[in-house]
Amino acid sequence: MGILQTLRVALRALLRNKMRSFLTMLGVIIGVGAVIAMVAIGEGAKAKVEEAFASMGTNLLILLPGTTSTGGAHGGYGSSSSLSWDDLKSIQTEVSSVRYAAPALRVTSQVLSEDQNWTTSVTGTTPEYFSIRSWPVARGVAMTQSDVDSGAKVALLGQTVVDKLYGPSADPVGTVIRIKNVPFQVIGVLQAKGQSPVGSDYDDCVFLPVSTYSSKVQGGLRNYINGTIYIGATSQDTTARAETDIGNLLRDRHHLTSGIDDDFSIRNLSEMASAQQEGTKTMTTLLASIAAVSLLVGGIGIMNIMLVSVTERTREIGLRMAVGAKPMHVLLQFLVEALTLSMMGGFIGVSLGLIMAQRLSSNFGWPMLIRADIIVIAVGFSAFIGVAFGLYPARKASRLDPIDALRYE
Amino acid sequence: MVLISIQNVVKRYQLGDMEVNALSGVSLEIEAGDFVAIMGSSGSGKSTLMNILGCLDRPTTGSYLLNGQEVAKLDREQLAEVRNQLLGFVFQSFNLLTRTSAVENVELPLLYAGVPTKERVVRSKEALSRVGLGKRFDHFPNQLSGGQQQRVAIARALVNNPKLLLADEPTGNLDSRTSIEVMALFQALGGSGITVVLVTHESDIAAYANRVITLKDGLIKSDVRQNPLSASAEMAAPEMSAET
Ligand SMILES: Nc1ncnc2c1ncn2[C@@H]1O[C@H](COP(=O)(O)OP(=O)(O)OP(=O)(O)O)[C@@H](O)[C@H]1O
Ligand SMILES: [Mg+2]
Repeated sequence: MGILQTLRVALRALLRNKMRSFLTMLGVIIGVGAVIAMVAIGEGAKAKVEEAFASMGTNLLILLPGTTSTGGAHGGYGSSSSLSWDDLKSIQTEVSSVRYAAPALRVTSQVLSEDQNWTTSVTGTTPEYFSIRSWPVARGVAMTQSDVDSGAKVALLGQTVVDKLYGPSADPVGTVIRIKNVPFQVIGVLQAKGQSPVGSDYDDCVFLPVSTYSSKVQGGLRNYINGTIYIGATSQDTTARAETDIGNLLRDRHHLTSGIDDDFSIRNLSEMASAQQEGTKTMTTLLASIAAVSLLVGGIGIMNIMLVSVTERTREIGLRMAVGAKPMHVLLQFLVEALTLSMMGGFIGVSLGLIMAQRLSSNFGWPMLIRADIIVIAVGFSAFIGVAFGLYPARKASRLDPIDALRYE
Repeated sequence: MVLISIQNVVKRYQLGDMEVNALSGVSLEIEAGDFVAIMGSSGSGKSTLMNILGCLDRPTTGSYLLNGQEVAKLDREQLAEVRNQLLGFVFQSFNLLTRTSAVENVELPLLYAGVPTKERVVRSKEALSRVGLGKRFDHFPNQLSGGQQQRVAIARALVNNPKLLLADEPTGNLDSRTSIEVMALFQALGGSGITVVLVTHESDIAAYANRVITLKDGLIKSDVRQNPLSASAEMAAPEMSAET
């Protein structure tokens, strides 16, 4: 008997009890549907976090003055002044795993165009900053070292600031903005970066050369960097080494003997990113195990119904054997029935899961990412469930004695 | 040619501490093409003997040569093949698959014989026409009368061109007129070389066979050859027999 014929016989048997077949499949449908929907949402969230971290810059370390991240008293970063311009210079020259280091002095200030005003974050920095954060200009030109050296009164705008001061499609390059009553010429607009991992807007910002910032916005150059230092390591692998090297260098420069806490702190963004990813991974594992349990329950449901079916159809089995069905034929018949139930459940579950994910993401704006391999795994797993839980009832049927089966009441 | 040869067949059932001999030493030979009726009171071992002849059951002791082959030596797979290729069964309770059309019921043995679909359908329809159901191919069992259902069962038994047709009280659930129709069919089969062994309680039915074997307490009590009545002649004059 061919496989097609076996399949036909199985389908007919299942169609004879439509409601029962459907209810039996329900366990698998729910299990698979849940897996597909949850993984799609989970993967979507993960992708979004990854994207957010990637847009912060690669191999990024942020050096903050003061022990702001330890102890109970939280000064807010930049509140103490422990990092000097010489510290910055020696990080740039003495640590081999550091490719770029740039100061970022920041203040929140009102910015005026000809006829609009907008309060935003104004940062004084150097051209390296944009390399560290892989942040090119979309319009105009980038900041240059000579802008910093000469203290040029030029500004780079984030897209949000452009939107607020000029309107979305306007080209502000060449116009003048005023910050603290000092005019700055807009030389470029930065590419839109979107949201940070914590949800703030990256593009709501204005950048000035750090020298100009010190003299015109901050009101005079100081010995200490009243802000943070952005550091780009040479590669992803050297980020951790750069972190320790910078730590050692600064402890040395600040004459901190062992036992005294650092008077600075270093944040490793790739570590934060991987911690985030660990979180989503745990979540995904949890969801996957819940789904596996529900699939298992679905499998037990299939086994239960197949056992009932074998008992109900004992006489049919006897008759089939009487007219020449071999044990293998009977085994296959019931196995294919179980497999059909679980695979159909799997396919319906996949479609349902996809619809569910689609709904969730369109209704709640959750991102979703459909992974083909998860679909294949889900369907494969439901096939495995069908075989694993169908085997026992099928074997039981195939081992019946024809005469006992025929006499069964 | 001898088709069936059994020697000293004993079938013993163990019921708790008690042993029951359903057959206590039966020896018997049946020629190919013969039409044999087996009679006997209830519990005399008729069905037990039929099940052994039909390779559905094995004797406790004794030998069974079917078509020259020792059945006791065959495994489950080989027995299934023998049932499929050499044997056809007709049961008292029809044993048709419900919600399955006549043609598909008849197809069943061919399905397990691996006959391709087209040929299967052709042969099944042929077999149904042969038993006079040429217009009922797609009927379900519950849309057929008892006699028609039994004829579907007979068509199923015949579709694989068996050498031996075994029928355990095939007329037990049928009225006398339908019974005669079925007997006419069996007689026709005998004529075409198929061996028929039939169990019955009724001597009217046994009268159509060439040979009547009577069992009692698991042993052969009598074994007589006779001139059979012709069922088709009987059918030609139904009113007469009804009146007398
Ligand atoms: N599976 C079984 N287990 C135990 N005893 C059995 C079994 N099958 C048959 N018997 C016994 O074997 C004997 C013969 O039974 P069998 O069915 O062959 O009788 P029968 O001649 O066909 O009777 P009937 O005309 O009523 O069908 C009976 O006494 C019965 O109780
Ligand atoms: Mg009986």
